[in-house]
Amino acid sequence: MRFMNRLGIAFTAAMAAALPQVAAAQNVKIGIVAFISGPAAAPFGVPAKNAADFVIDELNAGRGPAPYDKKGFGGATLETVVVDEAGSTTTQVTEFRNLVQRHNVDLVIGYISSGNCLAIAPVAEELKKFTNFFDCGTPRIFEDAAYKYVFRTSPTATMDSVGAALYVKDAKPNIKSIAGLNQNYAWGQDSWGDFELAMKVLVPNLEVKTSQMPKLFAGQYNAEISALLGAKADVIHSSFWNGDLEALILQGGPRGLMKSSMTILTTGETAMHKLGPQIPDGTVLGARGPFGPYAPNNAYNKWFSAGFEKRFSAPPNYASYQMAQAILGVKLAWEKAQAAAGGKRPTNEQVGTALENMTFEGPGGTVRMAIGKGHQAVMETVYGTTRLVNGKLTLVNVKRYPAEKVNPPEGVKSADWIKSGFKPN
Amino acid sequence: MKIVNVTHGSFYAIGAYAAASLTAAWLARGYPPMLSYAVLVVAAIVVAAPFAIFIERAILRPLYARDEVVILLVTYALFLILEDVVKLIWGVNPYFIAEPYALLGSFQVAGMAYPTYNLILVAVALFFGGGLAWLLHSTRAGKLLLAVIHDPEVSRAMGVNVGRYYLATFTLGSLLAALAGAFTAPTVSVVPGLGVEVIVLSFAVVVIGGLGSLPGAAVGAVMVGLVRSASVHYMPQVELFVIYFVMAVVLALRPRGLFSLAEPRKI
Repeated sequence: MRFMNRLGIAFTAAMAAALPQVAAAQNVKIGIVAFISGPAAAPFGVPAKNAADFVIDELNAGRGPAPYDKKGFGGATLETVVVDEAGSTTTQVTEFRNLVQRHNVDLVIGYISSGNCLAIAPVAEELKKFTNFFDCGTPRIFEDAAYKYVFRTSPTATMDSVGAALYVKDAKPNIKSIAGLNQNYAWGQDSWGDFELAMKVLVPNLEVKTSQMPKLFAGQYNAEISALLGAKADVIHSSFWNGDLEALILQGGPRGLMKSSMTILTTGETAMHKLGPQIPDGTVLGARGPFGPYAPNNAYNKWFSAGFEKRFSAPPNYASYQMAQAILGVKLAWEKAQAAAGGKRPTNEQVGTALENMTFEGPGGTVRMAIGKGHQAVMETVYGTTRLVNGKLTLVNVKRYPAEKVNPPEGVKSADWIKSGFKPN
Repeated sequence: MKIVNVTHGSFYAIGAYAAASLTAAWLARGYPPMLSYAVLVVAAIVVAAPFAIFIERAILRPLYARDEVVILLVTYALFLILEDVVKLIWGVNPYFIAEPYALLGSFQVAGMAYPTYNLILVAVALFFGGGLAWLLHSTRAGKLLLAVIHDPEVSRAMGVNVGRYYLATFTLGSLLAALAGAFTAPTVSVVPGLGVEVIVLSFAVVVIGGLGSLPGAAVGAVMVGLVRSASVHYMPQVELFVIYFVMAVVLALRPRGLFSLAEPRKI
């Protein structure tokens, strides 16, 4: 009897000791990667990380709106390992391997830089780790390769440029000339390239007055502004972001740049919250999709924007929305895969299969994983024009373009689709 | 002082952050906007001075006997440290103070609007450049400083308080960098990394002009500005290349820069 008692005590103690490990094993560990330092931290990285903190806390508490109201991912609590995206691409590849091999994360959600996304995608595939890019814009990821474990629940930069071209043509039907001011690296060059190409398709005899490509983070643009003022183009396109975007507004506004030419800022929404009334009337602002001021009035947006603003005392910007919808999309895929597996914890392959070609609703509206063999999202996009009303910045002449009109069809490369005159399949 | 001081980039950033944050606070309290120009100057000086004095006294002073390359590396290390110190103090969010930039209005040249603030910056640069030249060449303190730079040991033997001259010179140089940041702050978004951009361009300017030469720095700055602007207008695709092309040409023809000082020989 004494032996049995001892055995019982030992068993109970062993179970008690094992319990935390069992509980820990049930958690879903997510690697979150975004710029926490450096110039991209303030406009993108920190708002995105804040969104991740908010959404994950809400999901763990079971406070998401249906169908996101189940605790965590299928009942499993979410925990995060946050990695700073600052540093070289090589550093990011090493950090990704660390996330997978040392931290043993179940999946990774992250990456703002297109260069990092292009470098991480093959590594994720090699390590067989489910990875969802939440923000980077280059369309080349799924146009130049096919992946099993890599997804992107945000639209590509092609959508921004084609949407901008359509908006400009709608607003100025007799447009004859354009000019550009973009940063001299992949994002700036690709954005201008797509915009210029789309405009030339829409307006065959279009004249390109000048294309300025200053260094990233140059900060001073008076020479470029003089060149643009002198060019007298009907429309100026800029995909500037962060301090460069703000400096352009601060330096171009007093010199009448936005008044002399219709100026379209494809990522302008991030400056809206900071500069507000200092953005001149008539400036066209994009938000890289239906995010921020362009987000639909649905239950998900009400939950997300109100909760985010209450917690961080600032409205969410488009990077926040993209992170939120990245987590929500993966949650649905996880739970769909879990249900298909009879309630068992799904594998990375099962979650991937569930996310392929899925359609889900988020704070930015409908997200369809429609291109890139079901791994790349398409959404509608929106542009609007600023107008100051009683000292407050508002957006007027807001136009929405459906996803099919601003994204290439499945299997067609962005550049080929634009050159074809935006032909649907 | 024969120091290639990379921390000038940090002082530029500190000046910009101090000016932006304190001027924004000044304007937020409804104080007179015209006095914001004074706040820019005072904020930069008050915040940057303790950093400058601490760095000279605690870090550089024990190293003056070392090779100039060692001091260059130390100032580079300090530059990296101060980049993080700036983030610790002011965070990663941008600061704006557009009011001083817009307050003075603009004027028209060939049908294009130019902010009056930019014109005043040219005048301010001329004032400080002229003031420095006068200080160095027309005052007793300036002449003594030139002697200290040439030969600190002999200067010390002649009764000059060399340590005090080093401190004053380093502090003055750092404060001028901070003031440059403060005057630039209203025209830009003050964000982390601000100092990195300016130090690279400044290096090109002083190398073109000749290290240690005040007229050289002025001419180098004008050359870089004109060459870059011409490129932006006529051939924007070579804008980045053209500055360093000019630097390479100057160094090929005059390896010590356009206005390199004659190297006095010690006997």
